[in-house]
Amino acid sequence: MVQYVFRTEALRKTYDTGGVQVHALAGVDLELYAGELAVLLGASGSGKSTLLNILGGLDHATSGRVWFRELELTELGDRALTRYRRDHVGFVFQFYNLVPSLSARENVQLVTDVARQPMDAAEALEMVGLKHRLDHFPAELSGGEQQRVAIARAIAKRPEVLLCDEPTGALDSKTGVQVLEVLKTINDELGTSTVVITHNAGIQAMAHRVILFADGKIAGVQVNETRVAPHEIAW
Amino acid sequence: MQALDKKLVRDFARLWLQGLAIAVVLACGVAILLTAFGMNAALTDTRAAYYERNRFAEIFVDTRRAPLTLLPEILDIPGVYTAEPRVQGGAILDLPGRDEVAMGQILSWPADDAPLLNVPVLRSGTYPAGADEVMVTTAFAEANGFVAGDVFHANLNGQRRALTITGTALSPEFIYTIGPGALMPDNEGYGILWMTEAAVAAAYDMAGAFNHLALRISAEANPQDVMDRLDTTLDAYGGLGAYDRSSQVSDAFVSAEIDQLKGMAMVVPPIFFAISAFLVGMVISRIVALDRAEIGLLKALGYSDLEVCLHYLLLAAMIALLGTGIGWGLGTILARAMAMQYATFFDFPYLIFRVPVWVYAMSGLAALLTTMLGATRAALMAARLAPAVAMQPPAPPMFRRGFLDRMMSAMALKQTTIMVLRSIVRWPIRSLLTAAGLGAATSAVIAAGFMFGALTRIIDLAFNQSYRQDAMILFSHDLPETSLSEIARLPGVLQVEPQQFHSATLRNGPREKRVALEARPEDATLSRVIGAEGEPIVAPPGGLLLSERLAEQLELSVGDNVEVEFMTGRRETHEMVVTGLVEQFLGLGAYADMDFLDTVFRRSGHMSVANVLVDENRLPDLHAALQETPALSGLILMNENRRSFEETISQNVSVVNTIYAAIAVLITVGVAYNGARIQLSERARELASLRILGFSRAEVSSVLVGETMLLALLAQPLGWLFGAWIARALSNSFTSDLYAIPLVLSPDIFARASLIVLIASFASVMLVRRRIDRMDLVAVMKTRE
Repeated sequence: MVQYVFRTEALRKTYDTGGVQVHALAGVDLELYAGELAVLLGASGSGKSTLLNILGGLDHATSGRVWFRELELTELGDRALTRYRRDHVGFVFQFYNLVPSLSARENVQLVTDVARQPMDAAEALEMVGLKHRLDHFPAELSGGEQQRVAIARAIAKRPEVLLCDEPTGALDSKTGVQVLEVLKTINDELGTSTVVITHNAGIQAMAHRVILFADGKIAGVQVNETRVAPHEIAW
Repeated sequence: MQALDKKLVRDFARLWLQGLAIAVVLACGVAILLTAFGMNAALTDTRAAYYERNRFAEIFVDTRRAPLTLLPEILDIPGVYTAEPRVQGGAILDLPGRDEVAMGQILSWPADDAPLLNVPVLRSGTYPAGADEVMVTTAFAEANGFVAGDVFHANLNGQRRALTITGTALSPEFIYTIGPGALMPDNEGYGILWMTEAAVAAAYDMAGAFNHLALRISAEANPQDVMDRLDTTLDAYGGLGAYDRSSQVSDAFVSAEIDQLKGMAMVVPPIFFAISAFLVGMVISRIVALDRAEIGLLKALGYSDLEVCLHYLLLAAMIALLGTGIGWGLGTILARAMAMQYATFFDFPYLIFRVPVWVYAMSGLAALLTTMLGATRAALMAARLAPAVAMQPPAPPMFRRGFLDRMMSAMALKQTTIMVLRSIVRWPIRSLLTAAGLGAATSAVIAAGFMFGALTRIIDLAFNQSYRQDAMILFSHDLPETSLSEIARLPGVLQVEPQQFHSATLRNGPREKRVALEARPEDATLSRVIGAEGEPIVAPPGGLLLSERLAEQLELSVGDNVEVEFMTGRRETHEMVVTGLVEQFLGLGAYADMDFLDTVFRRSGHMSVANVLVDENRLPDLHAALQETPALSGLILMNENRRSFEETISQNVSVVNTIYAAIAVLITVGVAYNGARIQLSERARELASLRILGFSRAEVSSVLVGETMLLALLAQPLGWLFGAWIARALSNSFTSDLYAIPLVLSPDIFARASLIVLIASFASVMLVRRRIDRMDLVAVMKTRE
């Protein structure tokens, strides 16, 4: 039997900016499966990030419902959402969002300090191939390395889902591929359900499923019968 | 240590200069609180212990001559617990190696060596036993290099005697010793001498009598009732009116010091705390703005609002910690310096110098609380920031075209000038607070400068305009005016004028006040009554001229009748008319025309003192002659008084001025440096863009320097206003019976204050400017907003 990690029902999100109403999500019905690596593909402004933020408990929907397994996120208050993020979700952002005053290891410790059953910070960094850069500060790391620290930070708590918003958006092709390799390894080895947002069509080839976004709606879903390894992807 | 704590420590390390600038302001508050409270506690405790152990009297009364047989009657007054009679008198001292005349107060020492009240503490030697032996105050002995066994001469009631010092002592009655007519303690020229009862009684013709009485009353007694009964009992024996500790010179000075410390603790530290709270709020809210993405991240990682809020409060707490640490160090040093200062002014057998632990705790807590309070708004802002919003760059601030913009376009201002003006108008509260902070700095200098101006004015009016004599010669009894010719014949005397002093109580209905009534001849030139504007005023004949503060206290105005009860002369009570008022700063003056008073007393012209002008070159001869003059009870050297007072004042004033200027610089640097740093962090991209567009470094810096300096300029009128207001408050709070501080605010005080603050502002912003010069343009442009 297929297990869902996320399920959404008629999800809508409207932003009110200076009197203009922007419909970021205009009714999204979606299921994401346990253990899959899904890519959300779409132009910028199509609503991908909004969906990811709501799934991750960073934002509230205007209407509609969202479940994480049996937990209905749309019913949770801020405190419960904080708890939810702390226990279940790992985030990776386009601009790494590392704390500049903390070293690679300490950035990961930010998570392991508050997580329930974290892995060792060094272990997490080893998984992303940064065993030799533990005590470097963000400013001393390349963009790809910084993003890998961000991934190590996201997985160190052994989250059930890993939500990545344009993880390669700020990287060149070569370092981008290294980051994708790491994401695939984690998905394969830890079985973490992974959602990757991108507007880079090349990346879709490595996913189990690709969900196409346009104008705040799902424009189509495509299942990859054969997946391509990240090192074969180029852009 | 958790990763978040490491971030905290490193954030603090990165901000250390800004943090330090605030911490130092905070430290000033802590240090002053510590010093003021600590010294207040020390003085209060020491005084209480000293008074208790050495049985300091509660009520005192001087009388002309009362028989000792009156004592049982006095002890029968309800509420009187103990009473100790004493004989005391003034003496002219001829000290070896000193040309000038010194003065002493002789007190009788009981035969059993066991005084009941005001028990002296023997510091060296023994009590006086023989007829020509004296025990002297320690300060007097030390100042003159006397030890037990030394001999000096004294003119006791007209008799020249050689006195041998047997020992030195301290007394709770003389913690602060100041001679008659002096403004500062002069231990070399004035001392207290204890002499055996029998010897004093013989010298002052007081066998079987006393002229001073000290009393202790029971706890439940009403002091006023006791004093009233005492006055009635002693009336027939020339009682000069009973008084309590508040009118006892030494205690009054110690009390004034304690009150001043209390006032300082209440007024000054809150100002520093408020400014540091404001600075902390300013810096933390900017850090929260800069950390926006990190806050979003922390929340995305699962940190709660409370943890995020605490994180920023802790940053404020670290500043408080640093400030408290510096403040404690500074305060401890300051308290010690203050204690040393007290040791030179006050003669305690012991002084509890230790600042109580609770004062440290309280000052630290106050610093912590105010700082946290300052950071609360910013920390709550961080807590409230929704994670999804926080991770996005903040929306550019709204600017709307308004009246000012149309005006600016009309004036065709440079773009950089417009940037400065818009930024000030766009954040009016921040601009106002920055200006208020800089204004506070200006006001600190003005408040200090005002004291200097006021003191100079008081000294000038009192010494140079009012009292122009070189010396005052005091007599043991009023002398007929005819004796003036004898004084004029003394060596070196160039001019001589008579003056009368009367101790009197003025009454208007239920209001009464004891005053020293001065009377002068109409044409007096050496001692005059001077109004606030420096104009000489002659007491109109036929009535009294009162100082405005005295008239106010008695609710009298010109034309009103006032009852005058004289304690001197014939001890009569007369109804007199208030014929004039005069605004004065020193004392509660009451004046009359001398001829008018002599007429009232139905006698020929008399004088209680003679004011003289002296040929400086012949001063030694004059001193020598005076030491041989029997009817003399003392000599007040006005020039010496003036010199020592001015010296002390100008020393103190320059110390105070320096301290306040330093404080102003600290506040300015705290406000201006932090303000400019915040500006820079907000506008780094904007300024880098300008550089890329081809603006020069100077032009780009002018945006930053321009805004700070414009605010500093706008702050000046605000500072003048604050300063004048603080000066007025100080002038009001310092007003006592002893003096009123005139509100003297000359333009140069304002100019000096503004100059200090503007220079300090400029220097602070130039420190930040160096950062613009070193800015890596590409890196700045690449950083994500």
